[in-house]
Amino acid sequence: MKVINFMGQRKLALAFSALLLIIAIGSLATRQLQWGLDFTGGTLVEVHYSETANLGGIRDLLDTGGYSGAIVVSFGSDRDVMIRLPQGHTDKDGMQLLRLLQDNFDGSVELRRIEFVGPQVGDELREQGGLAMLLALGLVMLYIGFRFQFKFAVGAVAALVHDVIITLGFFSVIGLEFDLTVLAALLAVIGYSLNDTIVVSDRVRENFRKLRKADAIEVINISLSETLGRTMVTSFTTMLVLASLAIFGGEMINGFAVALLVGVVVGTYSSIYVVANTLVLLGVSKEDLALPVKEGAEQDDLTP
Amino acid sequence: MLNKYPLWKYLLVLAVLLVGLLYAAPNLYAPDPALQITGESSAQVIDLPTLARATAALEEAGIAHFGEVIDPGGRNALLRLADAEQQLTAQARVQRALGDGFIVALNLAPTTPDWLSNLGGQPMKLGLDLSGGVHFKLEVDVDAAVERRREYFLNAIKRVLREERIRGIVGADEQGRVEARFRSEEDREQARALVAENHPELSLERGSDGDNWTLTAAMTEQMRTEIANYAVSQNLTTLRNRVNELGVSEPLVQRQGQNRIVVELPGIQDTAEAKRILGTVANLEFRLVANLDAPESDKQRFEYRGEDRAGMSEWLEREVIITGERVANAQASFDENGRPNVSISLDSEGGTLMSRATRNNIKRRMGVLFIERKYRTRYEEQEDGSEKPVQIPYDERKLLTAPVIQSALGAQFQITGLDSPLEAAELALMLRAGALAAPISFVEERTVGPSLGAENIRLGVKSVQFGLALVVLFMVLYYRVFGLVAVVALSANLVLLVAFMSLIGATLTLPGIAGIVLTVGMAVDANVLIFSRIREELRDGRSPQMAIHTGYDAALSTILDANITTLIVAVILYAVGTGPVKGFAVTLSVGIVTSMFTAIIGTRALINLIYGGRRIKSLSIGWGVKA
Repeated sequence: MKVINFMGQRKLALAFSALLLIIAIGSLATRQLQWGLDFTGGTLVEVHYSETANLGGIRDLLDTGGYSGAIVVSFGSDRDVMIRLPQGHTDKDGMQLLRLLQDNFDGSVELRRIEFVGPQVGDELREQGGLAMLLALGLVMLYIGFRFQFKFAVGAVAALVHDVIITLGFFSVIGLEFDLTVLAALLAVIGYSLNDTIVVSDRVRENFRKLRKADAIEVINISLSETLGRTMVTSFTTMLVLASLAIFGGEMINGFAVALLVGVVVGTYSSIYVVANTLVLLGVSKEDLALPVKEGAEQDDLTP
Repeated sequence: MLNKYPLWKYLLVLAVLLVGLLYAAPNLYAPDPALQITGESSAQVIDLPTLARATAALEEAGIAHFGEVIDPGGRNALLRLADAEQQLTAQARVQRALGDGFIVALNLAPTTPDWLSNLGGQPMKLGLDLSGGVHFKLEVDVDAAVERRREYFLNAIKRVLREERIRGIVGADEQGRVEARFRSEEDREQARALVAENHPELSLERGSDGDNWTLTAAMTEQMRTEIANYAVSQNLTTLRNRVNELGVSEPLVQRQGQNRIVVELPGIQDTAEAKRILGTVANLEFRLVANLDAPESDKQRFEYRGEDRAGMSEWLEREVIITGERVANAQASFDENGRPNVSISLDSEGGTLMSRATRNNIKRRMGVLFIERKYRTRYEEQEDGSEKPVQIPYDERKLLTAPVIQSALGAQFQITGLDSPLEAAELALMLRAGALAAPISFVEERTVGPSLGAENIRLGVKSVQFGLALVVLFMVLYYRVFGLVAVVALSANLVLLVAFMSLIGATLTLPGIAGIVLTVGMAVDANVLIFSRIREELRDGRSPQMAIHTGYDAALSTILDANITTLIVAVILYAVGTGPVKGFAVTLSVGIVTSMFTAIIGTRALINLIYGGRRIKSLSIGWGVKA
């Protein structure tokens, strides 16, 4: 098997990751996230018109009908319209708005969905989501620290934080809406990225024990080369189904699929470069992974 | 190295797969659109003539129907329809024909064959985003309930000081405690002893500021939690009763967290109507039972509530002593002789009114009325000749109980002579429900139209199919025979996943479908790990049998580690998440577990069957490998 010199480019990769992180954090700081209804609270009405909907007309109608500040966009097709009311409207407004639309259109206006989220619920969710993320990271770090070694745990968490921030940054830069399903996707990205990281770490550990003469960089290069095939195949099959979900899954699941797609791409990259880079930076060595000497074995040596 | 499994292992894999197929099978039978008829009160029995009226109404409208059944006991009946499009029309027609005594609900009747459902087989439930319907989240104003109770204590302390002629000023402080100020220490001590005796549940604290001696009475934290729990569970009970009136086939009313209640109503479209019924307030009225010689104009006749005394009634005076707002609490307990009773606490104004009314009426009886807002349907003819149902609200007043007044009643009194602790608990619950301890408000509402639900299912299924097809194609091209084995395992994994979800009664939602799609993508990972290991071993010059053996062995710990960490994430998602996130977490975790079984043990069994137990020269595991 050909060993690819992955670590030869590690400085470049470090710079690349840093650049992506700076863009992501910069965008999150300035543009923030396009929080969805789940987090901001407010009212959302989605309707299906029997003929092409006139968005301008609907906007005027809503303005005069007492729903100023409503956002009217087409959703999927030119007959599907999504209307979002800012916070401050009550839970009764959705139905009334639907009636208003129905009374002012000759064809049929069919209800697709109405969502109302009170302000306190949104705040709580945001808190809960953040908490879930931190909890997941903490527990995962514990498990890896226990199963492997502390330096690997740092590497894994570095990769996770890297992936989550860049995926969030992607949502911020592109201006995609961040709702509950996207949050679920983000947590799934953690799961997926972890999967990759562990496969690589596992091989690094194995090779450190097997290839006694090689130095850390060599061991990591060999391990990455050996797992490259598997990493690519798994990422590819996962991306196949996610692409299918993004294309055919419909508007409601689109954000979820896109978040995961981005997460898988970044996760694949990070399992190669971020984890390995962190290990090299932390100065991982054979000694870190020496098999614990069993007490019984020691005694055997002593007996003549 | 022969790579042979003992026979029992093959049988195990086969058995698991067969059981999986069996319990996944109910999902293949598409449910029939149906109408479910129930009586409005539990006394209302559905008999054959009722069913005949319903079917006659359908036949008149030319709606095809079949498979009518009445439950043993006559509690409800089911009518299956041939065409889902006509379900709404059918509902309106049957409701019209049966009248107000019955509730006609839209339903999807499972078509699972008897032998399957006898084994416990059932199809997966669909979430609201797939079936259409309304999801409400209500918040119980727990603070208001606590506030009310404090108000009650404040008045009670005021009253006891007045009765004992202790001078002091009683008020509320910012922390929601009751504070009393006295001129002298003796007054304070005397008051303290009195309050401690009357309300041992309050924690009392002495203090002084300037010239004043103060006494602060606070509810304990435990008591506040109890009040809050009471308020929520009471609202839960009331909501359950009302949801049943809405005529929804499988409603869900569930407590969520500290002070929230989730209500899910599949199939309901008119949220305004649903909210009106859910939000109605019940009330109580206390009135004296009328004397026999009282003129007709001064009395009214009321029926008893509940089945035990169905048909019995009493004449009550028209004059109302107090209403439910005056009731602070009602609790089931036992008297000194161990007989069940219900103790009722009124606020101070209620106490005054009650003592004034009962003082001169000892040995007479007092009736307690339970008032509920209900709706009657009337059919109004429209200009175009069609009929439109109109809901007309009315108050239904029914008698809960009518005990004899033994002595002049004050703010605290008991209803004794109840037959069982159960009856006492039921009465206390109704009294509290009538008093409505805490207001509720809607904090979240999601309505999904039926067309969107159907579209979500269609799109979800399509993306699973398409994604699966692509993965199958790739795996077979890339790993040849081994790829084919992985694909078989993947399909088995899907079957097991569906079977397990059906068996535990999990609800399938759109994010749940996404979870399935993701599982499909990730489940092949275990096989990819194993196969690339085998390829490496072959490259290193091992014999095919040896390569298979070491490949599986070496990959196992990696697969375990990877899956356990993902499982950790899934469990956290389930614990912290709500709604869609939970649905996703369930499918993901079930998928991880089933995929480990199929990808490791399942594929190994197949590989052993194909290659095991004989000498082979090469493995069909894709390009680049020569063995």
